[in-house]
Formats: sequence, structure tokens, C-alpha cells
Amino acid sequence: MSDGRTGEEGRFGPYGGRYVGETLVPALDELTASFRAAMADPAFVAELDGLLANYVGRPSPLTLAENLGRAVGGARILLKREDLLHTGAHKINNCVGQALLARRMGKTRLIAETGAGQHGVATATVAARFGFRCRVYMGAEDVQRQALNVFRMRLLGAEVISVEAGTRTLKDAMNEALRDWVTNVADTHYLIGSVAGPHPYPTLVRDLQAVIGREARQQILATEGRLPDACVACVGGGSNAMGLFHAFVDDKVALFGVEAAGEGIATGRHAATLTAGRVGVLHGSKSYLLGDDDGQILPAHSISAGLDYPGVGPEHAWLKDSGRARYLAVTDREALTGLELLARSEGILCALETAHAIAALPAIVSEIGSGKLIVVGLSGRGDKDMPTVAAALGVTLPGARR
Amino acid sequence: MTGGPTRIARRFAALQQRGEKGLIVYLTCGDPSLAESAALVIEAAAAGADVIELGVPWSDPSSDGPVIQRAMERALVAGGTLRRTLEVVAEVRRWSEVPIVLFGYYNPILALGPERAAEAAARAGVDGLLTVDLALEEAEELDGPLRARGLDRIPLLAPTTTPERAARHAARGSGFAYYVSLTGVTGAGHLDAAAVGDRVRALRPALGSLPLAVGFGVKDAASARAVGANADAVVVGSALVQAIHDAQGAESRLHAVRSLVSTLKSALTDGTT
Repeated sequence: MSDGRTGEEGRFGPYGGRYVGETLVPALDELTASFRAAMADPAFVAELDGLLANYVGRPSPLTLAENLGRAVGGARILLKREDLLHTGAHKINNCVGQALLARRMGKTRLIAETGAGQHGVATATVAARFGFRCRVYMGAEDVQRQALNVFRMRLLGAEVISVEAGTRTLKDAMNEALRDWVTNVADTHYLIGSVAGPHPYPTLVRDLQAVIGREARQQILATEGRLPDACVACVGGGSNAMGLFHAFVDDKVALFGVEAAGEGIATGRHAATLTAGRVGVLHGSKSYLLGDDDGQILPAHSISAGLDYPGVGPEHAWLKDSGRARYLAVTDREALTGLELLARSEGILCALETAHAIAALPAIVSEIGSGKLIVVGLSGRGDKDMPTVAAALGVTLPGARR
Repeated sequence: MTGGPTRIARRFAALQQRGEKGLIVYLTCGDPSLAESAALVIEAAAAGADVIELGVPWSDPSSDGPVIQRAMERALVAGGTLRRTLEVVAEVRRWSEVPIVLFGYYNPILALGPERAAEAAARAGVDGLLTVDLALEEAEELDGPLRARGLDRIPLLAPTTTPERAARHAARGSGFAYYVSLTGVTGAGHLDAAAVGDRVRALRPALGSLPLAVGFGVKDAASARAVGANADAVVVGSALVQAIHDAQGAESRLHAVRSLVSTLKSALTDGTT
């Protein structure tokens, strides 16, 4: 798991590390050692690969999107279809892997934080499949706007806790999950859903999501006979983007991450951590975050609950500083336009998170030139967002609460 | 180190000489207001607190239980920050030489910069810092600036800490070691003094001459006495924060501090005679 590009294990340049209370350090050591041993164990890898193939539904297709390519200024666009996986988003890749690890460590209980609810649903799913007790922490505001996913989690047998503290969103859910973990560390595994948190999570989650880029690389070499010119993915915590980027980091492939500009960077109501944030420590690692001069964390804002987080994975911070990846930001309004564009041009209703990546395509195509080959991480499907989208477009759905 | 032993070291030396257990109390700075905080600290010191842990308000206190979380929220509304906390310390220093440890999280320190934060803390009259989310492996970036100004960095030990790791903490930290008596957040209720005693005795040899304080779950005279039997000092946090919150009006808050601190101190003093 050591990272050749960045030296010390768990560090990405000056970012990453382990900023946690003493109680959790041995649990993080155990997780690090267990993951290293598991990935070197052919039986573990075979079981993981089998589940990814026959439970999750991998490999996911790489769909040529010719209409979309024309609409965004002339590009050959390939969509990496994580929306077609079991539970409807890339989050399940990581959850299956961590569930196997938790079982290997003898844990009997899984906890998770969730924003949009996709990671919570994926955690509840693997908990049901492998027989773990499961509790998911979700900010009270997200419980409201993602009611469908709350219902799915409960149907799967998970307990969903609505977190009323702080800004009542993803960061507060993560604080509450950390409090649970420090209290129940003996029997509980904290299944972090993004490439954030203390070491080893940023590396662990990236390695479990790296299957996205690995497949895309093979698929594009098989169908196009060459590597893409660029990869594009949305970035909240950054797991789907890291999963796609990882296989291409050492190649001559441009990498674009797309953050949520919310109501606009200038309004202060956004979640564009890399674009407009500063360096700090939150939730166990050093990275960029949204904070004030006194070090207080500022609330994030995005129409997409999955991007509504004031932090970002430390490897993205390093990719940004080193210039290896570029990070753009698109507004709520632009994301809605992106969602409609993909729906009408390709017949694919994507998640609001994913719609940010679509919305950035015209700018990216105009920057790198037309006629280029671009892989877009289609991280999730949009069913969960229909009430939010309808409300934003001024449509009242039957039975919808306003 | 600049100059001689720190206020914390001198206090523990005096306690040892008298054969007495120390009482360390925690208050969140700015709860309920910044204007009252200095008076509450001075009152706690006058009533017998040997060391004050002054909580620095932060937006995301993920190691704290509900009582201190609420206190942090009130303190933030009152305008509490690291800089304001240092102003309170400077005010206390006009009246009291009680040892003061800033208790909090790393991001406010990082936002100011470790060098500037250490400089400002030393100038205000702070004696040490206890930064709950700065693990031993990351402490380097703060250790240098603190050491250069003679400030202690108080290490945290937990039930999951091995004696080998405790020895590494003791080698790097100073002032005293704070043993967290249970796996959990601040203010949790299920203290098992006998089990704590076993763990503390196991870790003790690894600490050399570093004094050992035990906290988390200590809330009254009985639990203070039970925990104190195996420690150099006892830490009381959430119970005091709750008492301050429950009292109505500035006068009764001072009274609540005086009453709880003196009760705890006499329980510890009686327990050793």
C-alpha cells in the first residue's frame, strides 16, 4: 500500500496522515496491516473479484456517447457506467471490499456516514449480505432531501441515525460516526465511504475503487486502441475520481476533477474545497478544507448531497498542488443543465453528483481542443435525486413534501 | 526549554511533596460567555483546582460527548476562538498563577500556524497544550515550536495504548500524561475504577517520572476518590461543564464551580490521608 510517488506510507506530499485521538490509533494500525495481508492473500482477492463480478455486476460497460460528444463541442466521449452497478453507484465497490476486511478482522458491526445516501445504501447492502449489524449516520438535512435512500437503508435492515448537530450534513454525520467508533472500536468497523479520513482510508478506499480505472483502461485499449486524452469525474470527498484517475496517473492523460460551486464561489455557498479552500485538518487527515481564519470549519453547500462536504481526500490535494490533475467547479444550475443534457442526448438519468462532471465537459473540450477522446466517470444513477431535481425545476411531484 | 521548570512541573512537584492527589478541571472557554470565562477559571483555581484545562471552541469536536459539544456550540455563538481563548488566559494571569493547559483540536492551531500559535500561547501565559486529534505520529510539527518556548505538550493515553507506545509518548511529551479511562467520548458514564487501576498500573512503568492524570467518566467525590487511588491527578470535565450550564446567572455559576471543585478536591485530599 505504500505510494511510490509520495514517499512515506499514508502521506501524499504534505497531505494525509493520521490526525485522530489516541484510542483509534491501534484500530487504524490493525486495519492497515489487515488490508496489506488481505491484498497479498490470493483467496481474499479471488473472493473479492468473484463478488465484484457476480454480486456487484462488474465489469461495468464503457458506453460511447456520440450525441453528448457533439453537444459539448466535438469530442469522442466514453462513459464509465458505475450507475449500472448493484445499488446504483460506485460506492458498492469499496463497501464489498471493506466488508470482507471487517469479517477478516473479526468485527461484527459496521458503521458508516452518508451524505446522498448512496454510501449508506451500499453499506446497508453489504451488512445484509454478510450478516453485520449496521448503523448509518446521516445529517438531518440530508435525511430530508434523500428520503428515498433512508427508506432503502431501513428496508435493508440498517439503523439510520439522523444527526442534528452542527450543520446537520455529511461532516456532522462523520463526526458522529467517529464518536461511535471510538466508543465501540472493539467490535465495530468504520466503513468510510470516501478517500478521506485518517490513514489507511485514503489509500484503502482508492485501491478498492481503482477497479473503475483499471477496467476503463482495458476497455478503451480494446475498443479504441489507445489511451484517452482526458479523464473527467466529479469530486466531493473524491472516491469515484480517485478510482478512475489511479490507473492513468502515470500516463500522459489529462485528469479533470469537477467540484460543486453551489450557488457560485463568490456567494460563499459552495463545496469547492480544492478550488476555493485552504489547507487544514478535518476528520483525521490534512488536506484542503473550507474554513475561516480561526480554523472553524465552514458549512458547504451543493444541490447534490454527495458533494456537500467541506473537505476532500488528501491525494486530490496532492494531485492539485503537483499540477497532475486540474480541478474545476460548476454551479447547482449548471449541474441541472448537465443532468438534462445527458438525459436528452443519451437517455441516461445520472445522479446530481455525476451531473457536475457532465456540466464541465464544454469547458474541458474547449480547453483541450475538439476531437479528443475523453472518459467520464458516470458515478451513479439519478433516481434518488428526482424529488430534488423536480423541486429545482419548479415541478411538484404527486405526494412530494415542500 | 526557556528558564526553569514549568508551572505544571512545579505544581506536580508540590503535590508530590505534600503526598496529595491533584485535581485537574476542564472548562470550555466562552461558555456561556467570554466575559465570564476568566472569573470561572480563577474561581476554580481558588477552590482548589491544581491545573485548568481550558477548552478551545471548535466547530467539529469529534472526540467530545454531548455535554462538551453543546458547550462548544454555545462558546462559538459567544464568539469563542483560539485567539479569544488566549485573551482569557492573559486576563487570568493578572490574578492567578494556576497552571493552564489549552485543550482542543489541531485545526485552529494550524490555521494560525504552529509557530505563531505557540508564540501567542506563551505570551498569554499558557503552560501546555493538549491537542486531542494530533496523534503521536503527527506531533512533530507542533513539538518544536512548543519546546522552543518552554510549553508542555500533554500526551493522551487510552485503554488501547500499549506500554511500548506509552513509553514513546512519555519520551516526546511533558507536563503530565492524560490517561483516558475508557474507549469513548468525553462525558461517557460507565467508569470501572478497578479496571482503570489495572490498566494504569500496567502503563505506569513506561512513563518514568511523568505524572499521570486520569479522566473521562469522573463526575463526583466517589469516582474521583476511586480513580485517584491509582493516579497522580484526576481530571473532571463534563460534570463541571454541566454544573456551569445548569446554574442560572453569573453569581450562581461561580458558586457552582466553587462548590463542585472544593468537594472534589477535599475528596481527593481526604482519600490520601
